Amino acid sequence: MALTTAPDPTRRGPGSDRAHAERRGPGRFRHSEGLAGYVFLSPWLIGLMGVTAIPMLLSLYLSFTNYDILTPFSEVEWVGLANYERMFTADPSYWHAVRVTLTFALVAVPLKLAAALGVALLLNRAWRGVGLFRGLFYLPSLLGGSVALAIVWVNMFNRDGAFNSLLSLFGITGKPWVNDPDWALETLMVLAIWQFGAPMVIFLAGLKQVPTELYEAASVDGANRFRQFRNVTLPMLSPVIFFNLVLETINGFQGFTAAFVLSNGTGGPVDSTLMYTLNLYITGFTDLNMGYASAMAWVFLLAIAVITAVFFSTGRFWVHYSDGEDR
Amino acid sequence: MVTVTPTTAAPTTAPPNARRRPGGRPVLRLLILVAIVAVVLYPLIWMVGTSLKSQEEIVNNVGLLPERFTPGNYTAGWSNFDVSFGRFFLNSAMVSLLTVVGNGLSCLLAAYAFARLRFRLRGMWFAVMIGTLLLPQHVLIVPQYILFRTLGLVGGEWPYLPLLIPQFLATEAFFVFLMVQFMRGVPRELDEAARIDGAGPFGIFRHIILPLSRPALVTTAIFSFIWTWNDFFRQLVFLSQLEDYTVPVALTLFIDSTSQSAVGPMFAMSVLSLLPVFLFFVAFQRMLVEGINTSGIKG
Repeated sequence: MALTTAPDPTRRGPGSDRAHAERRGPGRFRHSEGLAGYVFLSPWLIGLMGVTAIPMLLSLYLSFTNYDILTPFSEVEWVGLANYERMFTADPSYWHAVRVTLTFALVAVPLKLAAALGVALLLNRAWRGVGLFRGLFYLPSLLGGSVALAIVWVNMFNRDGAFNSLLSLFGITGKPWVNDPDWALETLMVLAIWQFGAPMVIFLAGLKQVPTELYEAASVDGANRFRQFRNVTLPMLSPVIFFNLVLETINGFQGFTAAFVLSNGTGGPVDSTLMYTLNLYITGFTDLNMGYASAMAWVFLLAIAVITAVFFSTGRFWVHYSDGEDR
Repeated sequence: MVTVTPTTAAPTTAPPNARRRPGGRPVLRLLILVAIVAVVLYPLIWMVGTSLKSQEEIVNNVGLLPERFTPGNYTAGWSNFDVSFGRFFLNSAMVSLLTVVGNGLSCLLAAYAFARLRFRLRGMWFAVMIGTLLLPQHVLIVPQYILFRTLGLVGGEWPYLPLLIPQFLATEAFFVFLMVQFMRGVPRELDEAARIDGAGPFGIFRHIILPLSRPALVTTAIFSFIWTWNDFFRQLVFLSQLEDYTVPVALTLFIDSTSQSAVGPMFAMSVLSLLPVFLFFVAFQRMLVEGINTSGIKG
């Protein structure tokens, strides 16, 4: 047995396993492996069905009803497209939340990525102390999503907070930024940008992959630092930029914790921090309007899918994939 | 800030095949980096400093650090509510540790199936798994709440089940993906050697893949812990009794009472709540950063 199935070094590759399986007997091994596959996959499959797929379908159904958690299922009323109609035509606070979320993402994501890329370029030059800096810059990404840090942030930008005492050094009298509808969202953007460490780490890894020869060739051709950045670094890094952009945009749309903490769950002051997910939470769990909240959730999902699709379809115009081995 | 003016002399003097050690001005670069570090760390230091200030100093001393270190906020915060923070920390630790166990186990099983076993529809299921990577949890929260409530699990005997059940069913696609990527790097020759010795899919899992996946498991464990420890949204939705609260939910109780006297205790408890994450960071800094890389870049 051992002799007949000894691995044949010339037959490495996708077909070799199958060859073994067939030699072992008519499909016996494949069958047992197929069964084993589903045994190992079963927790995931149950989770997919019970925690993801069925809830999604349930939520699709509920989005056409006026379900609130208090009435029993048997008395739920089918309201057709009423929830969607209300969302698109009769709910100004919904559109306000959309605007707040888009503003947040459009400002915070590019600035965060720019900061991440800038610091990554500074750190990229091989040089002692990189590990320490990289770690310190990454720390906010680990802590920044927590309630604790959001609390600190809100206080920092409050009237007696650290930011205003910093301003007073320059003779500027600050204000309670977090209570000002014109500035509250900006403080949340700064919090997001402060967490530039995670994309920076990814940029840094991407920069390490750029072949040194390209810079050498460019510098032989007389390209200065800026041209090297534009013609070598940026194109070679574009897959990583793309990855970070997609990821951070989707994350940006989902900001919840800091807005909740700043406004104590209301989206205030004057709805200025009413992020989409916070609006969804208030609709579903404060007002118990779960049918309507389900409709919001589905629109959110579709919007994220569309945005991701747009990213991927425009990506081929500016994302440069070298024919490297890893792809 | 980034575009340092090109030094025209450097390229010609550098040996042709050594990468230019540029930045011509390491001192300037270092200064910029130190300035960024100061900005990044300022809020954290201010947080710790404020938590150690007395009530009077919080109002009058705008400096970064207290003139006199006072631990009073910590004792006041610890027992600020009817339920002590010790209980909240225990609750958080329990949820986080069980999540680590659940994610580790269930994601490992799923990843082994995807990475190594051949079965019908594998490609389709894998695509579905990748699809769930970008699925926002906010989309699922309403129906999940309804389902778990219908099953009597919300606010039930043990209110953490709605938080934990998904974690034992490999719903964190990110970790499945991370482990699949890792297992693909384990040489297949090892599987074949074990197969020759008579091991089936289960034997190969137990004796080859499981022991060799340790690094991926550790990465998963650390991220699971930190993310669950910091998570707020699901815990806010599913926990309703004060004695069941986890630390993040309990911290929001401070916001309700925004009287000036609560700031010190609130900061003290905030510092304590970040301490475990910070310790993880200190202990596993390199691994966390590498973990982001392996999961982020490949694919």
